[in-house]
Amino acid sequence: MKGNFGSFVKKESLHILRDKRTMLVVMLIPVVLMLLFGFAISTEVNNINVAVVASNRTDGVKDAVEQISQNEYFTFCGYISPDQIDSKLRSSEVGAVVVFAADYDRRVEQASKGIPSKPLIQLIVDASNVNTAGSATAYLQNILLKSDAQQAMFETRMLFNPQLKSAYNFVPGIMGLIFILVCAMMTSVSIVREKEVGTMEVLLVSPVRPVKIIFAKMIPYFTISCIVLVMILLLARYLLGVPMSGGIWGIFSLSLLYLVLSLSLGLLISTIAQTQIAALLMSAMVLMMPILMLSGLLFPIENLPSFFQVLSNIIPARWYIDAMRKMMIQGDAITAVWHNCAILLGMTIALLGISLKKFNDKLE
Amino acid sequence: MSDIVISVKNLTKQFGNFVAVDNISFDVQRGEIFGFLGANGAGKTTAMRMLCGLSYPTSGSGTVAGYDVMRNGEQIKRHIGYMSQRFSLYNDLTVLENMRLFASIYGLSKKHTEERATELLNQLNFMSERNTLVGSLPLGWKQKLSFVIATIHHPDVIFLDEPTGGVDPITRRQFWELIYKAAENGTTIFVTTHYMDEAEYCSRVSIMVDGKICALDTPTRLKEQYSANSMDEVFRTLARGAKRGG
Repeated sequence: MKGNFGSFVKKESLHILRDKRTMLVVMLIPVVLMLLFGFAISTEVNNINVAVVASNRTDGVKDAVEQISQNEYFTFCGYISPDQIDSKLRSSEVGAVVVFAADYDRRVEQASKGIPSKPLIQLIVDASNVNTAGSATAYLQNILLKSDAQQAMFETRMLFNPQLKSAYNFVPGIMGLIFILVCAMMTSVSIVREKEVGTMEVLLVSPVRPVKIIFAKMIPYFTISCIVLVMILLLARYLLGVPMSGGIWGIFSLSLLYLVLSLSLGLLISTIAQTQIAALLMSAMVLMMPILMLSGLLFPIENLPSFFQVLSNIIPARWYIDAMRKMMIQGDAITAVWHNCAILLGMTIALLGISLKKFNDKLE
Repeated sequence: MSDIVISVKNLTKQFGNFVAVDNISFDVQRGEIFGFLGANGAGKTTAMRMLCGLSYPTSGSGTVAGYDVMRNGEQIKRHIGYMSQRFSLYNDLTVLENMRLFASIYGLSKKHTEERATELLNQLNFMSERNTLVGSLPLGWKQKLSFVIATIHHPDVIFLDEPTGGVDPITRRQFWELIYKAAENGTTIFVTTHYMDEAEYCSRVSIMVDGKICALDTPTRLKEQYSANSMDEVFRTLARGAKRGG
């Protein structure tokens, strides 16, 4: 009976290879997602139109305006009068207005001498898109504060991701999502398909041990996921320029652990779902939604209501994405995220145990 | 000197208060074609699952191919073949790939596998289709292929669960020729069916009603006993008394 594990792996690989459409989707989705999040869907601020209100166009003001117009993220579209502010913002002609105080130069001078003074500059930003508004404000502050006098007052520095490039942030998130998609969804669907079609029945009547069937199923999906992983890492490094300064082996081995975890999730779903559609829905609703909402992929966990913050602890992707961010962007070594690794390892063992037990119980 | 392949005594399966299989006993001889009939819900499938080593009886005893259904479920699985009403080969594998997969499941050596594959392909005149994806074959061919693959490891008994559902009369006829051939070679056939003309082809027939076997004999003698012209009439007479709906 030893030889038949190999033939099961071969059989599963043939299933996957012959299903060209699915294969293509699995290989393309990561690339498309990477490109989409990396370039198209970005919370980066680009080409924001900025108007300036200044009653006295002094040297100091001209200096500041010069800084804004030279910045690649902003387009300077001229001076306007105070009563135009509202209409310009409303019509979306401009995204932000910078208002300089009439005695801007004098106040700057006072400030540089350490005399407390009223605000020098007012920023009025179209906040109908919260993300853009937030980033625009941060950028503008960054630029305006660079003018020498204010430097002394305070200093803001963006660490790790100085240009606030959103691609950086999304790469770990996409990885957290993709592997659930490939591993959990595809394995669960493929196991449930055998139940639905009736081939599982024949396999169960045969002398093959069910555990063998399951592991043989996992191997090809694991292999595909590894290929996808390498693809994502290459794209991230060379196309999006993610630094990955935390060490590629750490990133790689934690990802492998996450793959096994996703496979166990898929197995668990396959013991519950009776039809392929059910398996698909369960993967989508039970796995994808929490990952999108609660893992920090789209919304920072700190911003969630406290109930959801607690809930997010049980979502594996949260720990994975967090660790990946630290390793890929902040340059932490794997030892710095050891508790994320420990949590993920614990979850993997628990899930694998539960699903194997459920799978065996089901057969009786 | 008779050679008993399946022997069942007082076999019972209970799910909570529901007695799915109620105290059934029968013997099946080597090379016999044993028809296992009953309306839907009569307990056929449950009985068959116990004989295949898929579930344990609540009480009673039985042996299949010489192995105890209570203790040696795994041994039983090695010595039986199984074909279900649902088509159960892999559509996205070729004829030959399916054969090789099932040969390897039953632990046939490489050399033996190729020999058997050639033998079975010749038996079906399928040699030219050996590299065709099973999914593109017509249903009747698939069912015949399913059957011969169930015999690839020379099992002592083959369990057929409504093997000819949805198959046209001509193919059904050919299918039964395959069954006869296997039986002649000493394989015991245990078959459930809803087609009463097929019941006529069996060596012996048992009819289950509400979890009990209420008739067991050759088709000829059953017809005499119930003074009926066909097995269909016999079945109707018996099934009329059923309390469990199908």
